[in-house]
Amino acid sequence: MMDEIQRRLLMEVADLHTVPEGAYNIRANGAMAARNTTANIDITSKLDKSGIDIVIKPGTKNESVHIPVVLSESGLKETVYNDFYIGEDSDVVIVAGCGIDNCGTHDSQHDGVHRFFIGKNARIKYVEKHYGSGQGTGKRLLNPRTEVYMDENSYCEMEMVQIKGVDSTVRDTIAELKSGARMVVRERLMTHGDQDAVSNYKVYLNGADSGADVVSRSVAKDNSKQEFNSGIIGNAPCNGHTECDAIIMGNARVVAVPQLEANNIDAALIHEAAIGKIAGDQLIKLMTLGLTEEQAEEQIINGFLK
Amino acid sequence: MLKLENLSFAVDGDNGNREIIRNVNLSLQEGKFVAVTGPNGGGKSTLAKLIVGIEKPTGGRIFFNGEDITEKSITERANMGISFAFQQPVRFKGLDVFDLIRLASNKKISVSEACKYLSEVGLCARDYNNREVNSSLSGGELKRIEIATVLARGTKLSLFDEPEAGIDLWSFQNLIKVFENMQKKNLGGTIMVISHQERILNIADEIIVVANGQVKNHGKREDILPELLGTQMAVPACERGGVAE
Repeated sequence: MMDEIQRRLLMEVADLHTVPEGAYNIRANGAMAARNTTANIDITSKLDKSGIDIVIKPGTKNESVHIPVVLSESGLKETVYNDFYIGEDSDVVIVAGCGIDNCGTHDSQHDGVHRFFIGKNARIKYVEKHYGSGQGTGKRLLNPRTEVYMDENSYCEMEMVQIKGVDSTVRDTIAELKSGARMVVRERLMTHGDQDAVSNYKVYLNGADSGADVVSRSVAKDNSKQEFNSGIIGNAPCNGHTECDAIIMGNARVVAVPQLEANNIDAALIHEAAIGKIAGDQLIKLMTLGLTEEQAEEQIINGFLK
Repeated sequence: MLKLENLSFAVDGDNGNREIIRNVNLSLQEGKFVAVTGPNGGGKSTLAKLIVGIEKPTGGRIFFNGEDITEKSITERANMGISFAFQQPVRFKGLDVFDLIRLASNKKISVSEACKYLSEVGLCARDYNNREVNSSLSGGELKRIEIATVLARGTKLSLFDEPEAGIDLWSFQNLIKVFENMQKKNLGGTIMVISHQERILNIADEIIVVANGQVKNHGKREDILPELLGTQMAVPACERGGVAE
């Protein structure tokens, strides 16, 4: 059974107040806390290592899978391997996420390795939220690795959110797309205090008419550091776009390295990157509406990360 | 309700101290529609920014409803009842039109209330509420949203800095109606509009002519406007072709 802290973490990362509808697997402090499978979605534990296989039958429509992870025990370190097999012609929403509450002095760490095998014409929306809380001196560390293998004409939308409380993150995402496949990534990140976050993308557009749109919006406050390395490799006639937009505050540091590689004459690749502080005229405009400078700043950041 | 006393504003330029506003004395009455006109670079926008608090005067005092607001911040003045529509509206990534109208009205408003303000400025609210206030909106659209934020505030004093700038001919007709409406219903309390447009000067109660950092003339429209049209300070096309209508 889950305690209050775990329930709160669950709400932050998966918007869950109670057990979700449909298929789910809730992992708490390194062990399975609850699981449900449906006629179309099967979840089984891996036998050789820690983690689960999620198998979605071909043609499954409008179903969802929740696989949140919560850690509330200080000093717990784990690496979990989750594999998603998404059948042809299916259309599903997958909600992952990890919440760590560390009140102790030892570092707590969750490294999740997620692999997606997306069948022909299948569509998935994947939402991953990270959240950290707790007053302890032990750090909250999250290092997700995501691999996405997309078959012909499949579609994958990924929403990655890390707004609060995670001390250190290195996120690696790689994707390989066959012809007609399309990937859309929306990453939102806020770091504060002494946190640091690194996000690396490598998207291989291998098939004709494949496409990727990788966009990151981030806010770096206080002494935090962020690094965004976004690479798109066009090996076929394809379209790729990557964008990094960052607001920098205090003594923060932001590095944005968009990287494009075209190995085909019909590969059309674009990158954009912008880093800057909050524009003075934005603050002034909101102050003329009666907001204080602090309130104006908050509204601008909230809107930016919405 | 607004009184400027010996107001001055100078900046340090390449050639030493440059006075942009020079010893301006001005008094606005409650509920009046006042148009401020004059040549470009004459100090009109700076005057408005001094009243709103975006710039701090280097000399003189500003009184609002009898209270000295010279040292008050932008936020304090806004909360006392002064609103300002920027000549070049600010763009926001992420904030949508509804957010901005809601912040302006300073209360939890419903979508239909926000629609009311957008309709006032000739925008179909259904199409705009969820649009981001960013570069996907045209200059004219941003301009009308800017005016809607001032309407949503409904304060005692509303300043508009060249509301017609960047607005196309079709929208301009609507814009005039917005100001006519404001005046008829007295929606905006005291209204001060910086403008070069004869159509706007035409609906004003009073006209102030600002040039070279000073108030050159201030009086009733019927006294000032004929003079202006003779000096080419207003829209020259009206005089030359006589077909502006």
